[in-house]
Amino acid sequence: MLEPVSEDAVLITLAEAIDDALPARITRLTQSLHDANLPWLRDLVPSYTTLLVVYDPVRVDFREVTSRLRAIVKADNTQTERTVQATGDLVELPVYYSVESGPDLAALAAETGLSTAEVIARHSALEYRVHALGFAPGFAFMGEVDPTIAQPRKPTPRKRVPAGSVGIANRQTAVYPQASPGGWQIIGRCPVRLFDPQHLSRLKAGDRVRFRAISREDFLAAGGELTEICEP
Amino acid sequence: MSWLDVISPGVQSTVQDAGRQGYRHHGLAGGGALDIRSYTWANKLLDNPRNAACLEIILGGFHGVARGQLQIALTGAEAPVAINGNPVQLWQTLNLNDGDELTIGHSTTHRLIYLAVAGGLDTPLCFDSRSVVVREHVAGLAPVKPDDKLTALQPGHELPSRFVPISCRPGMQPDVTLRLVPGYQYSLFKRTDILRLTTSVYTVSEQSDRMGFRLQGPALASPPAGIISEGIAQGAMQIPGDGLPIVLLNDCQTIGGYPKPGVVPSLDCGALAQQLPGANIRFELTDLATVQNERRLFEHHYHQTRWCQNGRSLAWL
Repeated sequence: MLEPVSEDAVLITLAEAIDDALPARITRLTQSLHDANLPWLRDLVPSYTTLLVVYDPVRVDFREVTSRLRAIVKADNTQTERTVQATGDLVELPVYYSVESGPDLAALAAETGLSTAEVIARHSALEYRVHALGFAPGFAFMGEVDPTIAQPRKPTPRKRVPAGSVGIANRQTAVYPQASPGGWQIIGRCPVRLFDPQHLSRLKAGDRVRFRAISREDFLAAGGELTEICEP
Repeated sequence: MSWLDVISPGVQSTVQDAGRQGYRHHGLAGGGALDIRSYTWANKLLDNPRNAACLEIILGGFHGVARGQLQIALTGAEAPVAINGNPVQLWQTLNLNDGDELTIGHSTTHRLIYLAVAGGLDTPLCFDSRSVVVREHVAGLAPVKPDDKLTALQPGHELPSRFVPISCRPGMQPDVTLRLVPGYQYSLFKRTDILRLTTSVYTVSEQSDRMGFRLQGPALASPPAGIISEGIAQGAMQIPGDGLPIVLLNDCQTIGGYPKPGVVPSLDCGALAQQLPGANIRFELTDLATVQNERRLFEHHYHQTRWCQNGRSLAWL
């Protein structure tokens, strides 16, 4: 479904519900739109089931944008061969899981009836998809975590969560790119910078992410910081 | 080189241009001047590029001293302005000489004052833009502080004096009616709730900033439940569980999961952003063709008109 939603944006909805095949499909459509060299295209904002197309309303009106997009979406749907871009990059992120770096790890383990080691094992066992970026620069919403370690957000968000914090919210997981307020359950910390103004976001929608448990020493050696702690 | 030494930046002043283009997929907000009309006229007075950077001053309280010769223009909220203590008007070009003191008092009726300098402000580009989005905490992007230098890309007094014709100035009304283009989850809202939205008077809440304006008034009785997060168009109205509308502005998040009955056009968002807490806001439905034509005409006017010799009117090319 394709709907002009404002004077400079059209929303393409690809499905009614989240499913694992969507990030690849949305990534492929994003690529098709870039390949079409549309002079009026300003931005593409992918999310779980949608792609928001932002355009320059001075160059083109919504009728023309809608008809061009409709043709590209239709062509894209029939194109099953192009899977190179569709697989998404695989990114491995090291995480120092501990009570020291993850203040909610022990409580989450207690809540789920698992040991902390088992929570860590389950969080780092799966490969996640980046469904969308948002909330803050470089903040990637990934899914889905094993249902046995899914936990809702904290009832009251923390005032400050340090950069690199790895969190769980229901069946989603994410790494805070910079220190910010936040309500996710924090179970560890990643030493990799996920956003900086020069290189922008390390992750993009459609990427696949694997977390690898590392020791305190390796975390510090990789440039990780433990001086900052979560503020309630 | 000519610049303004900032003595006092006021409540909060940030450098803004026409905003960032093409970075929202990194989770970066669009940013940019909130009141497009006032911002654009400040640049038009000085023949600046359409996206030249200005200072967006919230409520006033700015005090600066000129170093070298500067041409500036002030637009937006009515506030007492003086050069070396002598009152001057907004909506015109002003010449500052070395050592001249510019003071902008506080506006009691509206929110945003734009200070443009000839050529635009010379600040570092970040994400292909000079706009500052404070909440993102990106290094180097912060509000203006005392002792900052605001450098003009074009020094000197090159341009003749000009005034924005009264008929072209955005109306600075105490109350505004904003148009809403139905879209997104519009059809999921109950008809009675849409009626409530378009027949009630809302007021601007204290909790309003560059991210969004919260409104107080009759809550929608049964807004649809949360949705799967999706890309947010600037100006989108979101209705959280409490049923009270929030109009999302330039610094808003890029995706969100609250239902949205539609989008407020960018020019109307400017009128909203000018309002102080307590101002009355009404909504009426319109269609996309109307608001897009209006926006296109506005942009066309900027690029396709030139100042007449008298500096008081514009002619189409």
